[in-house]
Formats: sequence, C-alpha cells, structure tokens
Amino acid sequence: MFTFPWRLERRGILGMNRRNISYISRYNPRRLYPLVDNKLKTKLLAQKAGITTPALIGTVQNQHDVSLLADLLRDVPGFAIKPAKGSGGKGILVLSRHDDEQYIKNSGALVTLAELQRHVSNILSGLYSLGGSPDIAIIEELIEFDQQLGGYSFEGVPDIRVIVCRGYPVMAMMRLSTRNSDGKANLHQGAVGVGLDIATGRPLKAVQNGLSVERHPDTGRELSELVIPQWGQLLELAARCYEESGLGYLGTDMVLDRRYGPMLLELNARPGLTIQVANGCGLLPRLKIIDALSDADVARPAAERVALSRQWFAAQPELKTGA
Amino acid sequence: MNIGPFSFTRIPFFLLVGFLLVIGIVLTLHRHWMYEVPLVYGETQTIWSVEAKVEFNAHGGPVKVSMARPSAQDGFTVLKEAGASPGYGLNFMDGNEPRAEWTVRGAKGKQELFYRAEILVSQMQSGADLPPPSIQPVSWPEPYASAVNEVLAGAYATSADNYSLTRELLKRFQEDETAQHIELLRTHYADQLPELWVDMLHKARVPASVVYGLNLQDGRRRQNLTPLLRVWNGNDSEIFELPGEESNASLLLAADAPLLLWEQRGAPVLDVTGGTDSSIRFSMLKREESTYANIAENLSSQHDFLNFSIHSLPVEEQAMFKTILLIPIGALIVCILRIIIGIRTSGTFMPVLIALAFIQTSLVTGLIGFLLVVATGLFIRSYLSRLNLLLVARITAVIITVIAIISIFSVLSYKVGLTEGLKITFFPMIILSWTIERMSILWEEEGGREVMVQGGGSLLTAVLAYWAMSDPWVRHLTFNFIGIQFIVLALVLLIGSYTGYRLLELKRFKAFGS
Ligand SMILES: Nc1ncnc2c1ncn2[C@@H]1O[C@H](COP(=O)(O)OP(=O)(O)O)[C@@H](O)[C@H]1O
Ligand SMILES: [Mg+2]
Repeated sequence: MFTFPWRLERRGILGMNRRNISYISRYNPRRLYPLVDNKLKTKLLAQKAGITTPALIGTVQNQHDVSLLADLLRDVPGFAIKPAKGSGGKGILVLSRHDDEQYIKNSGALVTLAELQRHVSNILSGLYSLGGSPDIAIIEELIEFDQQLGGYSFEGVPDIRVIVCRGYPVMAMMRLSTRNSDGKANLHQGAVGVGLDIATGRPLKAVQNGLSVERHPDTGRELSELVIPQWGQLLELAARCYEESGLGYLGTDMVLDRRYGPMLLELNARPGLTIQVANGCGLLPRLKIIDALSDADVARPAAERVALSRQWFAAQPELKTGA
Repeated sequence: MNIGPFSFTRIPFFLLVGFLLVIGIVLTLHRHWMYEVPLVYGETQTIWSVEAKVEFNAHGGPVKVSMARPSAQDGFTVLKEAGASPGYGLNFMDGNEPRAEWTVRGAKGKQELFYRAEILVSQMQSGADLPPPSIQPVSWPEPYASAVNEVLAGAYATSADNYSLTRELLKRFQEDETAQHIELLRTHYADQLPELWVDMLHKARVPASVVYGLNLQDGRRRQNLTPLLRVWNGNDSEIFELPGEESNASLLLAADAPLLLWEQRGAPVLDVTGGTDSSIRFSMLKREESTYANIAENLSSQHDFLNFSIHSLPVEEQAMFKTILLIPIGALIVCILRIIIGIRTSGTFMPVLIALAFIQTSLVTGLIGFLLVVATGLFIRSYLSRLNLLLVARITAVIITVIAIISIFSVLSYKVGLTEGLKITFFPMIILSWTIERMSILWEEEGGREVMVQGGGSLLTAVLAYWAMSDPWVRHLTFNFIGIQFIVLALVLLIGSYTGYRLLELKRFKAFGS
C-alpha cells in the first residue's frame, strides 16, 4: 500500500512539498505567473519571440460578443475554444467541421451553436478559471497532428510535456488522449502518459491512471514503437521558453503539427509530478545537476543547452557518466 | 532525511521559529506560575462569568434602574459582582430579593448599563430557604372566573398536595385536547399565561410566583431569561417549567446547560423609571480554574501589563475571542493534513468554517445537516446547470436555495419534535453555497470520484479540526494561555518549510518502492 520515504529518496523522486519550496518558489518569480496563467498572454509572448503556437482565430472578451460567435467561426474548418485562465484541460472544447448551426466533437458528438454560446458565456463568467474570476475565451486553429503519431491517440491531439529547469530540458513525456479523456491529453482525466528519453525522444515506459500499459487502450497500438519526429527542434523550442518567460521551473506543453512542425501549446508554472511515474525515474538527480550550474551555463544559447541535456539525461546508463 | 538540506541562508528562519517558540513557552509558563492558571485541565472548578446588559432610552430627567441579581442557590455560589455604568450611582441591595440599583440625576438618549457576576458551580446546598411570598387575593371577570374555577376544581380533585396540584394544572394547559374553558383562558390571557397560573395557584391558596432562570451555555451572547414557575410547600419549594416554552424537554436536567435562577421570588427582573424601551440581555462564558487561581487573580491588579489576558475584556467580547482563538488550531490541523498527509480538500480553509459550525451544532447533527444540505443542493444545482445561467446569478440562486433548504429542514425537524434540527442555521450559508457550486463543477468536470475524494477530504478535515477545537484540553490551553498562539505560529512556520514527502505520496509513488 505504502512505500518508505527513504526508498523514494534513493530513487530521487521529487515530492510536492519540495517541488513547491525548492523549485517553484525558488525559480519562479511570482510576478511572472500571470504570463503563463493566461494562455492569451502566453500566446502573444510566444508570437513575439518567434515561437510557433497554434494561430489565434479570435477571442471573446465579453458577454455581448457571444452572439457574434457564428460570424467568427463561419470560414473555419476546425477550432479549439479554451478559457484563457483555465488549467488541467477544463473548459476546452475541440470542434471540427460544421454547418452554420452545428459543430462536431472528435468523438462524433454534435454541439449546437446555442450550446457553444452557453459554453463561451460560462467561460466568460469564470466557471473554469482559478477562483472563479472573470475570464475570456480563446479560439484557436485546430492542430492537425503529425501523421507518424496516428493511432497513438484516440480522438484527440497528443501533446508532449517537457520540464525545463533554468533553460535545460530535464524530463519529457508524451500524453495520449483516450476515450476517457475526451479528446484532451490531461493525465488525471485518463490520458496515457509515455515517458520519453531526452536524448532520443524514444519511449521508455507508459502509464495510465498510475498503472503501466503496453498498448494504447483504445487503438491497440504498441506504445514502444512510438517515434517522435523533429525531437531536437521540439526540445529547442521548449528550452527557449525559459528566456522568453523568465520562469526557471517550467512545464511546456508542445504539440507536433503536420504543417508547422513543433509548436508550443501552453506553459505551466506548476508542472505536475506524474511525469516521474511515466519515466520510471525521479526528477531530483537531474534537477540537482541543474541546481549546480553557474549563471554562465544558464546563459548559453538554447541549442547548446539542449545538446548538454541530451547528453546528461540520456536514458542509457553509459551516457549518464557524462554528467 | 526528509528534512530539506540545511543551509546557512535558513538560519534567520530557524532563529525566528526558535524566538516564537521561546516567547510562547515563556508566556505560558509565566501565566502558569504567576497567576496559578493550571496547565493541566482537570482539577479545576467551573466558573461562569455572566454579564447582563441593560439598555433603555432615558427621557432627560432622573433615572432609576432596579435589576434583580442572582443570589446563592443550590448548585451555585456568587463569587464577585461588579457593575459598569459611567455617571451612575450603583448600589447592591441584599435581602430576600437582592437587587442592583443604578441612579442618576439626569440622562438622555440611549443608555447602557452592565452588571457582571462570577458564579462558581458548587455542590453545596444554599442552606437558607427562601420564605414563600404572601398570597394575594385574586378575582376574574366572567366568563373567565367560572373557567378558572372549573379547571382548578378538576386539577384539585386529581392531586394530593401543592406540587401535584401545580403539575396537574400545567398539564391541562399543555395537552392539546381543546377543552373549551382552557381555550377561552388561553386566548384571553395569551401573553400573561404564567401570571394567570400564579393567580390560579394563589386562588387555591398555594404560594407561587413566576421566577426567571438563565440557561448557562458556554459562549452564548444576547440571551434572554426563561420564565419558570416556583411553588412553595411550607418553606420548601420546587421549580416547574412552563408548558409551551421551547425545548421544554429537560431545561432543568440538561447537564451541559445548568439553569441559574436569576430572580427567585417573583419580583420584576428589570424596573426602569425615567426611561422607556428597556431591555436586558445576557452573555455568558465558562472558565475552568483552580480555586487558588481565582483568589490570585483577584489580588493581582487587572492593569498589569504582563497579565495580558482576554479575561480583562467584557464577557461578550471574551465569548467571541474564545472562538477566534480556536481558529489557529483548526488552521494548524488543515496545514498538517494538507502538507504532511496530502489530503485534498475543496477550498483551503472551508473545513475550518465547517468545523466551527459543528461546534455549535454538535458533531452528529452537524454532519447529518451538512450532508443533507449539500446533497439536496447538488441535486437542485444540477437542474440549475441546465438553465444556462451566468455564474454570479447561478451562485446567487444556489445561495437562495441553500437558505430555503435550511429553512425547510429547520421547520420540518421542529415539527417532528427534533429541536436539534434548528441548529442547522449555524452553517455558514455562503460558504455552503460555494461548496455546492464547486462540487457540482467538479462533478461535471472530473466525475463523481473526485467529488468523493475532495468532499470526503474536506469532511474528514472538518471532523478532525472539530475534534481538536472542541477538546476541553485544547480549549483550556488556548483560552487561558495567549502563549499557545505563538507556539502554533512557530509550528505552522516549521510545517510550511517541510520539504519531505507527503504521506499519500508514499502511496502514489509506491511503484518506485521496489
Ligand atoms: N488548438 C487545439 N487543437 C486541438 N487540440 C487542442 C488544441 N488546444 C488544446 N487541445 C487539446 O487540449 C489539451 C489541453 O490543452 P492545453 O492548452 O494544454 O490546456 P490546459 O492548460 O487545460 O492543459 C491538449 O493536450 C490538447 O489535447
Ligand atoms: Mg496542458
């Protein structure tokens, strides 16, 4: 039922309290939180810095504009609506193909315009935002995920979570949506987490709801055959989010689009700890290496940092001695 | 090995914690040694501080206020009395009917007078019996006189002595059976039934009077006196509860709420000349102290700086502080459960507020009430969510629903005779509404499991916080030793810097344990 704390300590598992005290409050200045807690701000920031993100179709800022929704969406083949201040997949609606009155979820369920308007006004009144503060709704272009990932995800876009500490990618995991997770790739909603080798982007281990799995529960694809294309580029993009956001302990959510390649979906100032379970190893030893780095190391260009990370944090035991 | 790496930058922090601990302990010990307040809860005596607050509007001329004072009686001894009343002369009159009399040459506008007594709960019998009041000649106009005679004759026939006569008489007014003459008397003397009974007893040559009692319940404020009937048999007397008074089940027997007779012989409780709109309200507070401490506190001056104690506040404020000083204990429990154990709750300190409500309602009633309200609320909220309302309006609707639920439950339970159900009104309604709103969103978003996890976590936390806050030891320590607050603060700081694993993480990451 329980294990002993020293065992976790030996495996280098990062716990919630230490994450909060030793990483989040140490590396993430409070005043920078609004940047990442608001997806619109993150998006604008990324656009300015030349980090690709899904194109913004429009925003709905107040109740009055809800009626204009149909016009806004007239010529759009597919889109995602999300609360700017939402988290954990809450309030996200991914819709495609429509006639003027109806939209279709990935699952095939129909959503009427009236339901959509109600959803947007819920977003505006703060239903999905932290503490219920008023919010705005973001409408962005649908991501068309890379062909090579087909069959690995059920009715939804898989995303790749990369933990970036002081600009160095330290651990990565792919999240595959399942029937349960309703087209969203958030783990606690039942998505499958696949730990990825930082050096190669190859899968290490997969878990769903805390239990190991071999195959995708809905599509049956063997998870060990997963290959992430453009891995180096993806890591570099993730690493660059450090300079742009200023946050030293960051969870970046990346996606691979068939047209635009790796893209940034959102940033997270309080990334979760399940990534350790999906990787089968603890974050602490890696974070300690980063803790020991000098300011000069942190100031290296992103490409160099990624190269170092790939060398230090490779899953193969013989490469680990490089640290 | 669970404690984070010790580094020199943390020295000021540990100094602060140490400093707070030392202050806390020194203050506590100082109070223990200098004022003999026992650290150990137990070998103590119970003292009630009762404060009467008289309010009235003075007309501008001379004012005389005369108030009944409690005197020694079975189970209680009056230790000391004091009055506060700027500008007034104050006299305590003793005798069979002890009274306090405030006088002033001229006063205008709203006046407030205070009287405060320290009353020791003791097993001693009061000794001196109160002589019975003299029997007044009474008469009634027709048709009431014949109704009275009829009732009295019936009661007389089925009784043996003064006490059983009284019991029979009261029983007739209690029963719902609507004998015509009872109805007649009841409607005509609706507001003066107690006086009517006394007159009827006098007619039967039984000495009796309406006396007033105060139910002593810790921390209560703005309480009223309860009228009671006292009947004499020679120099002996007995107290009867009046039918129709609330909670007539066991006012006299309730162990947790002893009854103090404020006025023992039928004199008016409050008599104001030169003013109108007078009212009298009572606040009371229970305290456990060693007998010696009581004397010691009397000796020591109240204005001693180091004797920083909330006992120097008026009783009404003390009662409020008693609750306030417990809140840190509840919050400490929340800290422990969240940081050390890792329990998830809905709303960080919501459980503490729920626990405070439990203190007022008692645990079982509180739990049942909470579950009833939240479950019904969730049910109704699921309908509201289909109405397509804006958030603020929806929460308002939930608040109104919660109030409606609470009113309905109160009335229903009262009708069925469960006065316990009335206590449901102690719940913080706005907080309950937010809880319902949050739970229902959680339900829609994450499913029933997460609702059970967080709802269960909140309730568990609330129950533990309730146990901690209602523990007589904890209450004794927090109320009597201000130093405890510093110790709690130091503990919270320490917990706040704990970087080890949470207990539930040992389960979450158990895959790494092999
Ligand atoms: N534009 C989009 N197109 C398709 N799917 C999307 C889009 N945006 C988000 N999603 C889906 O929703 C999930 C959560 O989105 P994200 O922006 O990370 O929000 P959150 O903060 O709630 O995690 C993603 O993992 C993805 O599966
Ligand atoms: Mg995300």
